[in-house]
Amino acid sequence: MSARRPYMRPMNGWWRRDPFFVRYMVREATALVVALYAVVLLAGTLCLARGETSWNAWLALLRTPASILLHLLMLVAMIYHAYSWFEIMPKTLPVLFIGGRRVAGTTITRVGLIAAALATLVTLAVAWTLRP
Amino acid sequence: MKRSGQPVFWVLFGAGGMLAALFGPALVFITGIAVPLGVLLPQGFMNYSRMLSFAQHWAGKAFLLGAITLFIWHAAHRIFHSLHDLGIHTGVVARTLCYGGAGVVTLLAVWSLSAVGL
Amino acid sequence: MVESVSALERIIEIEVLRYRPEQEAAPVAQSYRVPFTDDMSVLQGLQYIKDHLDGTLSFRWSCRMAICGSCGMMINGKPQLSCQTFLREFYPGKLRIEALAHFPIERDLVVGVDDFIDKLASAKPWLIPREPRSLEQGEYLQTPRQLEQYEQFSSCINCLLCYAACPQYGLDSKFTGPGVLALLHRYNADSRDHGREQRMPLVNSLEGVWNCTAVGYCSEVCPKGVDPANAVNQNKVNSARDYFLRFLRPRAEGK
Repeated sequence: MSARRPYMRPMNGWWRRDPFFVRYMVREATALVVALYAVVLLAGTLCLARGETSWNAWLALLRTPASILLHLLMLVAMIYHAYSWFEIMPKTLPVLFIGGRRVAGTTITRVGLIAAALATLVTLAVAWTLRP
Repeated sequence: MKRSGQPVFWVLFGAGGMLAALFGPALVFITGIAVPLGVLLPQGFMNYSRMLSFAQHWAGKAFLLGAITLFIWHAAHRIFHSLHDLGIHTGVVARTLCYGGAGVVTLLAVWSLSAVGL
Repeated sequence: MVESVSALERIIEIEVLRYRPEQEAAPVAQSYRVPFTDDMSVLQGLQYIKDHLDGTLSFRWSCRMAICGSCGMMINGKPQLSCQTFLREFYPGKLRIEALAHFPIERDLVVGVDDFIDKLASAKPWLIPREPRSLEQGEYLQTPRQLEQYEQFSSCINCLLCYAACPQYGLDSKFTGPGVLALLHRYNADSRDHGREQRMPLVNSLEGVWNCTAVGYCSEVCPKGVDPANAVNQNKVNSARDYFLRFLRPRAEGK
């Protein structure tokens, strides 16, 4: 008869045990904001489909301080999503070579963040040219 | 070894995540802060006739459908996995809520974009 | 017991999570005061305890130089090799040592690693040639570029720090895990190997890459720069490609 009695430690609260895990959970939580914004876009589209009165009510809602505050929080979360997205992106790519030299993960992240900055500028520029 | 069906959701997750990473901040800023406050862009930027023409145009439809569906499917996949991370066991209920919820949002988006007409 | 402590020696408090199944129901912390010098590793601290303070303390070690992979443990909550971690880093604070996370504790700092050992073979960690090869054909030729595709993944010393770091493995030990998947990728990425097809069923399963949520901590803690997170997540792309393109390929069975 064996005297062994292996002990399994519980996983409760695992993500609170290390700042690395906390950052991971924050990254994952940004999905809630992406979902929320999708619903915001959907709500707008539904109001648009229902007609002008409905759409104007929606616009009025968007102008409330609560909505502005919510969008500010969503903006922060979206920016963190973008940052953490490009931070992890190198892990999904195979070993890359450019001009005979190996591309570092940090380079890929930097390129991604620059692309996001450019996309932001382009979107703002397009909106600006389309202003009434 | 059973083949996992995850690739479908993962590809949607990846596309939605990339779209959100590149365009999310600008879109949130424009639609939720700039235009409502009339900062950088006038409030009339999103008035009914402009928005209706936008949603009626094939490009506008594609943009709205793309943004709504890719964002929601990205979120559904991540939230589903996060529930598992939090110890909420991923049974049929969690799967239905997450992916089913995304399905509902998709259907509503398709409906409303066809309801605005051409 | 009186320790003679010279004016030049400092004492660090090391708290170890003890577990003796024959005498306690659950692990219990025990503190030791260990004199140390700047060149001493945590492993040497444990050896001091065993040699001078408490011979009952159990822990694994071998090479003392971060190549055998035996001495992995949780040091102040982080998975590290005790031979490669130094006591001076923690002084004057307390050092808390615990057995490697996500594994069952057998005794003190010794964990049961059977799950990992049993999984190794599932990756088919050997070169699978396209066709049988004779000695007359000579050696395989490989360019430095081809070597670079898999070399880092071949550096794994099976220390299991990545398993201790991986919350998905902790939550569900059916997950193949970072180390075995990195080993699998090492072979898939080797130009001499043509066994990718045979390894795909494991890759494509939930226990394969799809349990991974790209936390990335495995790569952070790896003492050899293997980057298992990259090995696993690269294969999500390969698995997705396999999933969508499987009907286009002329294969005997579409599974």
